[in-house]
This record gives sequence, C-alpha cells and structure tokens, in this order.
Amino acid sequence: MAGTPFDLQLLNFCAALLLLLSFAMLAQRRIVTLVNLLAIQGAVLLVATLLLAWRTGEHHLYLSAALTLALKVVFLPWILHRLIRRLQVYWDTEPLLNISGTMLIGLLVVVFAFGLAQPISALASTATRNAIGIAVAVILLSFVTMITRRKAMSQVVGFLSMENGLFFGAMSATYGMPMIVEFGVALDVLVAVLVLGIFFFQIREQFDSLDLHHLESLKESQPLYEAHYSVNETHSLDRSSLEGATHALQGDPARDPLDRR
Amino acid sequence: MEFLLLLSTPLFGALALGVFGARRWAPELNVVISLITFLAACALTARVVSEGPLVVAHEQFFIDPFNVFLVTLTAFVGLSTSLFSRPYMRVEMDHGRVSAPRLRLYHSMYQLFMTTMLIALTTNNMGLVWVAMEAATLSTVLLVTLYRTPASLEAGWKYFILCGVGIAQALFGTILLYFAAEKVLGAEGVTALLWTHLNAVKGQLEPTVLGLAFVFLLVGYGTKVGLAPLHNWLPDAHAEGPTPISAVLSGLLLNVAIYAVVRCKVLVEGSLHSQLPSQMLMSFGLLSVVLASFLLWRQRDIKRLFAYSSIEHMGIITFAFGMGGPVANFAALLHMTVHSLTKSAIFFAVGHAAQKAGSQLMENIRGLITLSPTIGWGLMMGSLAILGMPPFGVFASEFLILTTAMREQPWATPILLTALGVAFAAIFGRVQPMVFGETTAKRLPHPPALLPVFAHLALVLMLGIYVPPYLADWYRAAARLIGGQ
Amino acid sequence: MKTIEILTQVLELIAALTAAPLFLGWVNQCRAWLQNRRAPSIWLPYRGIRKLFHKDAVIAETASPLFRVAPYIVFGAMVVAAGIIPSMGTRLPFTIAADAIALVGLLATARVFLSLAAMDIGTAFGTLGARREMMVGFLAEPALLMVIFVASMISATTALPAITENLATQTLALYPSLAFTAVAFILVLLAENARIPIDNPATHLELTMIHEAMVLEYSARHLALMEWAAALKLFNYACIGFALFIPWGVSTRESGPVALLASVPLLAVKLAVTGAGLAFIETISAKLRVFRAPEFLAVAFLLAVLGLLVHLLLGA
Repeated sequence: MAGTPFDLQLLNFCAALLLLLSFAMLAQRRIVTLVNLLAIQGAVLLVATLLLAWRTGEHHLYLSAALTLALKVVFLPWILHRLIRRLQVYWDTEPLLNISGTMLIGLLVVVFAFGLAQPISALASTATRNAIGIAVAVILLSFVTMITRRKAMSQVVGFLSMENGLFFGAMSATYGMPMIVEFGVALDVLVAVLVLGIFFFQIREQFDSLDLHHLESLKESQPLYEAHYSVNETHSLDRSSLEGATHALQGDPARDPLDRR
Repeated sequence: MEFLLLLSTPLFGALALGVFGARRWAPELNVVISLITFLAACALTARVVSEGPLVVAHEQFFIDPFNVFLVTLTAFVGLSTSLFSRPYMRVEMDHGRVSAPRLRLYHSMYQLFMTTMLIALTTNNMGLVWVAMEAATLSTVLLVTLYRTPASLEAGWKYFILCGVGIAQALFGTILLYFAAEKVLGAEGVTALLWTHLNAVKGQLEPTVLGLAFVFLLVGYGTKVGLAPLHNWLPDAHAEGPTPISAVLSGLLLNVAIYAVVRCKVLVEGSLHSQLPSQMLMSFGLLSVVLASFLLWRQRDIKRLFAYSSIEHMGIITFAFGMGGPVANFAALLHMTVHSLTKSAIFFAVGHAAQKAGSQLMENIRGLITLSPTIGWGLMMGSLAILGMPPFGVFASEFLILTTAMREQPWATPILLTALGVAFAAIFGRVQPMVFGETTAKRLPHPPALLPVFAHLALVLMLGIYVPPYLADWYRAAARLIGGQ
Repeated sequence: MKTIEILTQVLELIAALTAAPLFLGWVNQCRAWLQNRRAPSIWLPYRGIRKLFHKDAVIAETASPLFRVAPYIVFGAMVVAAGIIPSMGTRLPFTIAADAIALVGLLATARVFLSLAAMDIGTAFGTLGARREMMVGFLAEPALLMVIFVASMISATTALPAITENLATQTLALYPSLAFTAVAFILVLLAENARIPIDNPATHLELTMIHEAMVLEYSARHLALMEWAAALKLFNYACIGFALFIPWGVSTRESGPVALLASVPLLAVKLAVTGAGLAFIETISAKLRVFRAPEFLAVAFLLAVLGLLVHLLLGA
C-alpha cells in the first residue's frame, strides 16, 4: 500500500485501532477501564472524522466531529464515571465463558462481519469503504460483550460501543448521515444514558446490587413474585429483596479483595 | 395550522405537566391536552381527505391516507386513555402505590410519549422515524418502572436493553438504506432519506443492499412490534407498568412500529421485485401467532395474558401485510384499528378489575359482575371482541385475512386456525371465572371511568357490522399505497 | 557468490556469537538501573561461559547419548538460525537453506531436543520444565507463524531477507496489520525466551521455573553451550523483530560495503534500545501464574490473527 496517501493510511490505522479497542473491551473486567476504553474509542472516532472531513472537504463532518467530541469523549464517560463512583461498582463478575474462549468467539465474529460487509464495500464509493467491515465487526463484538456480561454497567458500555460502531459504519459507508439524523441519534444516546443513570439508582435501591442475576426471575411462564400488587404496600417482601438483603450482609462476592485479578 | 397544533400540543403539554403534574388538577389538564390533540388530528384528517397527501416543513413531514388514520386513532386512544387514567391513578395514589412526584413524571412522560409517536407516524425522514421510535421507548422506560417493584425493574431493564439493541439494528438498516439511496438521489441536502423521494426511485435502488437493509430493519422494528423470537420484553413491560401505560403501549406503540415496518417493506419490494420481504413478514407473523397462543396457557397474571394476546394479534397483522394485495392490506389496516380499540378497552376494564380485587393474578379476581356489572360486562365483551366473535370488528378482519390466506397461502391456514382456536380457549377459559362466580372485589374510592371502555367497544361493534364509506375509502387508498402481492 | 555476500554472512555469524552474551548482560544492567540496584558487570555472562568450559562435566548415570548430544544440537540450531536472519544485510548465502517458516521449524527443533534431554534423566524437575516448555511452545508457535504470515502476505514472499528487503526499500507507510503483529511478536518473544511475565530467568523455585528446570542437570561445557544457546535465542528473536518491523539500516541488495559497515553500529543501537525496552517490560510486569500463560499467548495469537484479518480487509 505504499502508493496510498498518508491520511488514508491514518484512517485505516484508526479503523484497526477501533477493532483492537473492541477486543480489549471484550476481555476487560474492570469497569473503570471499560469506560476509559469507551472514551478512547470516542477519541479515535473523533480523529477519524476530522481526517475524513479534511480529506473530503464536507463541512457537516466537522460539525459531526464536534458533536462526537462533546458527547462521546467528554460528556458520556464523565457521566458514567460519576455513576460508577456513586454506585460503587468497580469490578464485573466472572463471565460465563473464560477469556480465551470469548476471544476465540470474537475472532469468529470478526470473520463473519468481514464477510457480511463484503457486498456493501464492493458497492460503496467512499475512500474508506474497506473499513465498513470493521464497523460491522465492532457492532457485533459489542453485542458479544453485552451478552457475556453480568453487571448492568458493563452492558451499558457495550451498548454505547455498539452506537460507536454504527456511527463509524455510517461514516465509512456514506460520509455520515444527514445532520438532522445525527443530532437526533446523539440526543437519543444522551437521553438513554441519563435515563439509565436514574434506572440504576432504582435497581440499586431495590436489590442493593447491580448484578443482573437479580433481574432474571421473570420467565415466560409466570413471575415468581406472588404479591407484587398489594394494596397499601410499596415494597413487597419477596424472595429477591430478601436475597438482596443477604447479599448486602455477606458482601458482594465480586468485590472480595482476594478475588481481584 | 392543524399539523403544527397536532405536534406542539402534546409537546407543550409534556412541558406543562412536567411543572404542574403533581397538582390536583393535573389529570384534568392531561385530558384537556389530549382532547385538543384529538381535535387537531380530526382537522388534519379532514384536510387530507379533501385535499390529498400533504407535505410539510421542508418535506420533513408527509401525511397520506396510510398514516393519517393512524394519527387520528393514536390521538383518540390517547384521549380515552387519559380519561381512564384520571380515576385510575387517583385510586393508585390512594392505595399508596405511587407518590405525587412520580405522578408528575407519569403525566409529562405520557404526553411526551404521544408526541414521539405522532412524530414517528408523520415524519417523512426515515432517520427521524428511528429517532422518534427510540425516543418513544426512552420516554416509557421510566413509566414501566413507576411502581419500583422488583418485577417492574426487571421489566424496565429488559425493555430498555432488548428494545435498545433491537433498534440499533434498525439504525444500521437505515444507514444501509441511506447508502443505497445516496447513489441514486445524491447526498445534497437530506432528500436521500425522505420516504417520498425514495418511493419515487425505489426501482433504481440497489437490490442486494436493500435486501440486507430490510433484514436489519425488520429485526430492529420487529423487536418493537413484539414479533417472536424478539418478543421477550413485551409481556413484562406491558404487565408491570401502570395500566394506562399498558393500554397505550399495547394499543398504540405496536401500531407505530408495524407502520414503520410496512413503510420499509414498500420501498424494499419496489426495489427487490422478489418475495423475500413478504416471506419474511409472513414467517415472523406466523411464528408470533403460534408462540403467543401456546404461551397464553401458562399465564397467571391478567395483564401478561393480554400482552401475549397483543403479540398474537400483531403476528396476524404482520402475516396479513406479508401476504399483500388489496384485500389483505385492507384487512390488516382494519385489524390494526380494531385491535387498538379493543385492547385498550380490555386494559381499561382489567385495570379497574385488578384495583377492585387488589391483585393482578387471575386466581384472585373473581365474580366481577356481582359487585360492579359495568366492569364485568366490559371485560366480558372486550374479551369476546378480541377473540374474534362476530359481530365485533375483529371477526371481520380475521375473516378477511383467513379467506385471503386460504386463497393464496393455503399451508398457513390450518396453522392460523389452530392458533386462534388455542388462544380462544385460553382466554375465554380464564375470563369466564373472573367475570362470573363468587366475588372478592372491593369498592373503589373513586368512581371508575367506564365511558372509554364502552365507547371503544361500540366503535369496534360498529366497524364489525358497517364500515363507514369514508373509512372504507381510506383503507382502500392506504391498501393501494402499500401494494404488494 | 560475491565477496560482499560471504563477508556479510561471516560478519553476522561472528556478531551473533560474540554479541549475544553481551546483549544479555546489557538487559540485566538496564534492569538493575530501573530497580535502583547495582548490576554485575556487563561481561559477566562471558566470564560465566568461560568458567564453565574449564570445568569437568558430571553426567548422571541414567543419561542416554541424547543427553550428551542435545546441547550441541541446540547450539547448532541457534547458530544456523543466526546465519539465516538478516541482521546486517539481506544478501546471505545461507538463506537458501531455509525460509521464514523453516526458521520457525529450526527453533522448534531446538525446543524439542531441549525438552527431550530434560526428560532424559528422569528427575521431576526436568519433566516439569519440559512439559511447561512444550505448553508454552505449542501456543507460541502458531502466534509466531501468524506474525510471519502477515509479513509474508505484505511482501508476497516467505524468504526472510526478501521480506526485509521489501519493507526496507519501500516508501514509509503505516501498516496497521504490522502494528498489531509487532505487539504480538513482542509477547511471543517474552514467552519463548523465558522472560517475565512467563518465566523468571533468575529463579530456581520449582513453582515458577521453566527454562531453568530443563538445564538443571547440565554442567561444564554442556551447560556453557546451553547458556550460550539461550543468549543466542534472545539475540535471534530480537533480530527477527528488527528484520520484520524495523528493517531500515540493513544493507540491501544494491548497496556496497560501506552500507554493510554502517549497519553494524545501527544494529548495536537497535539492540541497546531493545534491551532497555525489554528490561522495562520485565520491571513493570509481574510474573504470571503458570496456568495463566495460555491466556497470555492466546492474546498474542489473537493479535496476530487480527493483524492478518485487518490486512485482508484493508489491504494495509
């Protein structure tokens, strides 16, 4: 590739870095680091947007870059860090599959994503059309990250990383969406995180933990909460709130200092 | 003009109720705002019927026969739900399940939800459809968890994550759509995402990309419709929130989602000229119908029962849209209308019944007729209506769908009939002892609002017997627009 | 065969043989500086090897001929490898013997004989070390091969000098795939050469040693050859890294003897910087528990495969 100009190489480098960051998120168990990786992902997106804006001369991309900076690099990580501090969630519990297994699945997902994006890349006319496969890979990897997590905060980070992948896909396939749509999407993401913040406090208040295993008792057949509608009672004394209380007494196993890795 | 009034009223209402929602007169304000919205919708409808499709605000909004009747339906059900919500939430407050600040959140989010749904229905920009759908989800997440019980928190979490992830797929589909459109329409301005322009050039859009886009769009918006196997969030979200929210979620949001799917289907079919979209819609629809009707048997909570019934009916509607053609589309549109009206009526009755009995579990609700005949008969009639008994409207639409299926997709007919039969047995078997027999119900501190229930049922009855000509023309025009075969 | 080629070859071999222990001493020196202690002299490894050659070899009664022969085979393999890797010039007559993949095979041969000899005596330590070495090697080899594949795909050849030539003479370009594989290569280097975080080269604790366990039974000249071979292995790996990722300064096909002479100090600078970097990595890492070594190597393999996939997709 010695013939290609330098900024295109830099764009490809940014794309590869995005992929690496998604893998790093897949393997990471410390939640603070996850949020930092998300912030770095936002920064890489910013650099890529600026490069593309400079290369193609499309002015709406500069606006898009400013939006990315404000939202994905500064504001969202800041909110998430605040939430982490106030909710005191620092570590994720052991995922279902061990790290090596998850990585291998991630590799297969990447190969699948590259194959999926082939027809689109073939038809695209942008300079960055090869990076569409990476965008799809980032989306699918975030999906895998969400599936293999148990703490609510990690799932949220996976969700936001999926949005980053979508943004990158839009950028590499069509030099970004129309501004009105981008603003709308940014607004939605922002409101989503704010709503989630409120939500986390509600969950924490009820269960004393943000482990999603507490949120898995509603099944297809029937809820296990018998008296969840009762007159003159705001909290129902049921199995899970008792569980939550015992967890609080025994200490959350995920926060056992001897278990730190 | 009417359109501006239509969108700005609920938005203004959301802001106003955000400030004043905890006052004693907040429910009345809610009703007034919904009434104004409904009147604006009627005026807009009259205009569209007389003048034809409207394009507004730099082509960002487009109102044609397909969405204008949905707009009126949404505004109408919004109005009747606000009427129902008045005494219902007062009783809830008296029972101590909800406090004044939460009522403020409830009222303002209710109107915000109406705004986002109306935007989603009327916008021309496919990207804005996405934004509005996601905003509709977000505005109701906090409402589902209003009671802060463990079950409602779980329901809210599932709703948020599953719908969020699903709708992210829809965003990818929209990006692909934009990608295909940009080649034909160019990237100048925003014309590449406008449905009217896309509809005009749909034959020139790249088939492979649109096929891929449709898969993502169907998975994404299909999650919001509640199509199996992506329906997991629906029973929980519809059952755990306050009943007015269950009514609007079941009655209105599902309609908006299927509207988005159909708009995409029109574009993709025009480009693909193959049976792929139809087949996908039909298979998802049938799967939903079958799964929902068999899962109905295991439900013990009354709202979950009717939530699964919503999945089933949405499956029928999807199947009908999948079949395509004038009769099936007509039937699907009619079914959307009557299902909205009937399901919300049922939820109104169920809400008050649960309040009287003090529990949502069906085994605890007994003998409603003895203490409060109106609620009892309302529930009975509603259930018969939703099960497709003649002369109610649901029978008419289901009959049309089944006959079209027998003609065009005969293999699907026995599946549909079995599923409908199973659902009939399940629901009827559960409702019967709830309405008749020994009662455990108590008196309510505030008189229940039963006008909405009977108003809805009356409309459904009327639509079953006689579809007014203007309505029929409407449906036919919309059916022609949707096309497909 | 021109004189310049013979000269390049001989120079490389001499440099490898003489500089390898010095490189080891330099790494120890840097480590000491970073850990705020005084290191032994840089020339200590030489003195160690010399001392060992003067001693009498003591061999266990249960040893087979394999035990006696193994050090020579291992040392010989490392010398041949040093002859193939283009550390100073790309015109090496020996390279017709093996390309990059065969080079990996050569290193594997050394590993196999080392492990067999360790198990030969029948003590617990030897078998322990051999098994661990095989586990690490089994996982590190695919990673190393992937790294070489990526470089080969970029240069459309598997002959190491040709790859170096290609990468050195091209205009400066950013290859994200090479960036990924560089990181993977560093991880493999740490694992294969028994450095922290996989193995502690200075320990004799049963819990933690891998390489040391295998040479525990050797003495005198055999041990000297083993130690020298270990130093040569590190030197070779460093030179493979330079050949693939930092090829500038190597005298290429068209350049004259001046370039060859200039490549010597350049190689010294590269080695010095690499040694310091290696010491730094060793200082900031803690040694991994042995059952975590597969995870470490899985990460290396993953990065290498990612580099390959990125190259296939982006063409860069």
